[in-house]
Amino acid sequence: MSGVRVLVGTHKGAFILTSDGKREKWNVSGPHFAGWEIYHLKGSPVDPNRLYASQTSGWFGQIIQRSDDGGKTWYQPGTKPGEPTTTPDGMPKTESNKFIYDTSSTTGKPLTTHQWYDGTQHPWEFKRVWHLEPSFTDPNTVYAGVEDAALFRTTDGGQSWHELPGLRGHGTGPKWAPGAGGMGLHTIVLDPKNPNRIYVAISAAGAFRTDDAGKTWKPINRGLSSLHIPDPTAEVGHCVHRIAMNASRPDVLFMQKHWDVLRTDDAGESWREISGNLPTDFGFAIDVHAHEPETVYVVPIKSDSEHYPPDGKLRVFRSRKGGNEWEPLTNGLPQRDCYVNVLRDAMAVDSLDDCGVYFGTTGGQVYGSADSGDHWAPIVRDLPAVLSVEVQTLS
Amino acid sequence: MIRVMLPYHLRTLAQVDAEISLEIDGPVTQRSVLNALESRFPMLAGTIRDHGTLQRRPFLRFFACGEDLSLESPDTQLPEAVVSGKEPYMIIGAIAGG
Repeated sequence: MSGVRVLVGTHKGAFILTSDGKREKWNVSGPHFAGWEIYHLKGSPVDPNRLYASQTSGWFGQIIQRSDDGGKTWYQPGTKPGEPTTTPDGMPKTESNKFIYDTSSTTGKPLTTHQWYDGTQHPWEFKRVWHLEPSFTDPNTVYAGVEDAALFRTTDGGQSWHELPGLRGHGTGPKWAPGAGGMGLHTIVLDPKNPNRIYVAISAAGAFRTDDAGKTWKPINRGLSSLHIPDPTAEVGHCVHRIAMNASRPDVLFMQKHWDVLRTDDAGESWREISGNLPTDFGFAIDVHAHEPETVYVVPIKSDSEHYPPDGKLRVFRSRKGGNEWEPLTNGLPQRDCYVNVLRDAMAVDSLDDCGVYFGTTGGQVYGSADSGDHWAPIVRDLPAVLSVEVQTLS
Repeated sequence: MIRVMLPYHLRTLAQVDAEISLEIDGPVTQRSVLNALESRFPMLAGTIRDHGTLQRRPFLRFFACGEDLSLESPDTQLPEAVVSGKEPYMIIGAIAGG
């Protein structure tokens, strides 16, 4: 019997929503880690019971949590519940919440500063993990995108994390600057057909790609135009909000930028705008249908200061032609007096037939559609503000 | 035995009650207390002090005997009442946000 597990990160804890393949009746579990910000949680593609969560707090910093039973129980990697927290000689067993930027002179060219709001240089300061991306092949390997922007990786199931310093060290780092939400590496897209290729996106630096498993990186922002920076077509400095891929075509990516929706057909070498008839091309979330690689979803948001849907109508827009021609999806969504936002990591699709589409709002609703977006219904209505939504398709 | 009081979220993280007791070898300072705390509860490493710099996290304060010790040197001896266990060493989360 197939089913789905929806992993929801919120401003005040994590929630796990489960249903069978019909996706009509839902069980809600949570809050897990009550009171903490859960920026993101995601399951391993090779072991669906292996989940990772980024638990963070302005007071207490960063915690990484792991579950080996599909979210029933959680622990910090390296110290299971009930186990001694130290080794026999008294040393801590885990450093799972330790993210230290690489300052080694032997592993790249680690940078010490980036551009600050006033144009001066500012030291890198770790703040939180925005996104966790488990490997396609190994449940113990996970990538973490952090603020201030950098990419970390664990290969021991989250017990220890090490920076891939080639990203910050490739040369444009001193030009990176924080956006209004900070300078976060918020998007990690792994190529399912090429384990050496990874895409990342950073606010407000842009998109980057490695073809050698993270050793070296290059900006892939040709075709982006951002009017809020001195040179609108600069190599870096673009506020990319999210990138999405259909696994069957890893060279084709879709991007929601601060303004503009774009696509690339050559792995980021060049981008072209596909905003077309969208009512506004500002937004955060974007995703691609699991079985139709030219079917794309966005949630247009009025503007960069008015973070809510135009006209108070919550509408998902779908293009079945890879962009430019978009249709509003409204059935089951509020069409008046709705002023919520949908954040960049708060949309996901399942791989059932017909494809399910899910998104969460800053008003605490999680909506689901079991028919590719034609009809929507709230799974839950009153959670804390939703920061992230991920879906696992269970067999 | 040194008594240490933790804020709510750190209690749940370490799965302990509001107050815990620590044995300290040598001088009882803020540094030695926090070192002992993190050694016994490694999940708290990084939550009170920055991993790299060991600086106090901005929204936490340290109190004992009615005094704010947050800006004191971490190597200053703690008050005798804390050393004797009469008074707790308190780690307090700031009430911020309105």
